[in-house]
Amino acid sequence: MSEHSPSEHAPSEHAMAEHDLASRLSAFAPPVVPPDLPVSDVSYVVEDTAIGRMLLARAGSGALIASAFVSGPDAEDAWLHRLARQVSPRVLRQPRALDAARRELDAYLRGELRAFGLQADLVLATPFQRIVLGHLAGAVGYGKRTTYGALARDIERPSAARAVGAALGANPLCVVLPCHRVVATSGALTGYAGGLAAKEFLLALETRTFAVARQPLAGAQRWPRLEPAENAAAPPRDEDVE
Amino acid sequence: MTLPPFQHLVDACWRDVARLAQALAGPVDGDDVAQQAWTQALAAYPRLRSASNLRGWLLTITSRCAMDVHRSRGRRAVPAEDIAVVGDVHARALVAGPEKDRPDESLWSHVAGLPDRQRHAVVLKYVADLDHPTIARALGTTPAMSRRLVSDALATLRLTTSRNVI
Repeated sequence: MSEHSPSEHAPSEHAMAEHDLASRLSAFAPPVVPPDLPVSDVSYVVEDTAIGRMLLARAGSGALIASAFVSGPDAEDAWLHRLARQVSPRVLRQPRALDAARRELDAYLRGELRAFGLQADLVLATPFQRIVLGHLAGAVGYGKRTTYGALARDIERPSAARAVGAALGANPLCVVLPCHRVVATSGALTGYAGGLAAKEFLLALETRTFAVARQPLAGAQRWPRLEPAENAAAPPRDEDVE
Repeated sequence: MTLPPFQHLVDACWRDVARLAQALAGPVDGDDVAQQAWTQALAAYPRLRSASNLRGWLLTITSRCAMDVHRSRGRRAVPAEDIAVVGDVHARALVAGPEKDRPDESLWSHVAGLPDRQRHAVVLKYVADLDHPTIARALGTTPAMSRRLVSDALATLRLTTSRNVI
């Protein structure tokens, strides 16, 4: 740099000029747009529902892998890290990839849908949790209740009521797999990932809907299945039909 | 070692990536470069060995994508009436775009005229705020050479900008 310094004072002038250049370069602030990334290994959305803030996540196959209560940013972060560790680090917030799941959940929470039609995957569950949770949907229908002990007998492990309770407590697909229908033998609600108020809401909703509408609701069949993204022959969505 | 969810990188760095892409490739190609950089990063992410400098990793990918766009444009034929304007077209393409998006146009037109490696080095240093080891990795050179490229670029800019003022 000294070749450009004709006098003794020049270096500091040069230093000032360079500092000025550096700050002008740093000030570069063009209008920018966020990237639009393709659906990858894990897509998720976090939204407020009637029973609390929930995270929904689907795998690249299109199957729902998580439906969980996230009370705050820490719980949300913990879930995202769990998905990154156990499924794939390619975890992206892509609300539209979960449109079908959100529609089903909304319809269910309004009492318009009684059985979820979306494809689910228990990739986040342990083998024992898979046995218990896999059994759950068939064992106890909409508007019904069962107990931890009865479920333990159903899977031929009559002494494992507590283990069954723990497996249900770890349910990665809350609401979709109805662990809220399982209560203590005494009838007490015991506990729920989304809080007892949420469990109470779900049970009251199902009882009410079950009592009011004995005949199957037309709405139950209207919701499209959640199909893999790459499946070109996906059934038409509601908005396509109308 | 566990990698954080990719969305955390997007949330933390998307503005930096977009800004760097525009500084290197101009407003016309900048969005494409940023988009391409994110797509490449997402594809490579699970194979990444270390989560220690994720911002540097993303900006390095962005710099390489900008270099690719620049090279492919260099190879593409530019129709021109007068052969003398061809070199000029090249420089102007880098800073083309609506006037309001370029608050410091005189400076950026001089940046566009710098030799490629100097231009990348000075932009990575001051727009992306990267350290010399990371700049060196992005450019495939040594930290000492990165310092040299940045100081040469600044010297040229100092001369060309002051000449314009006078």
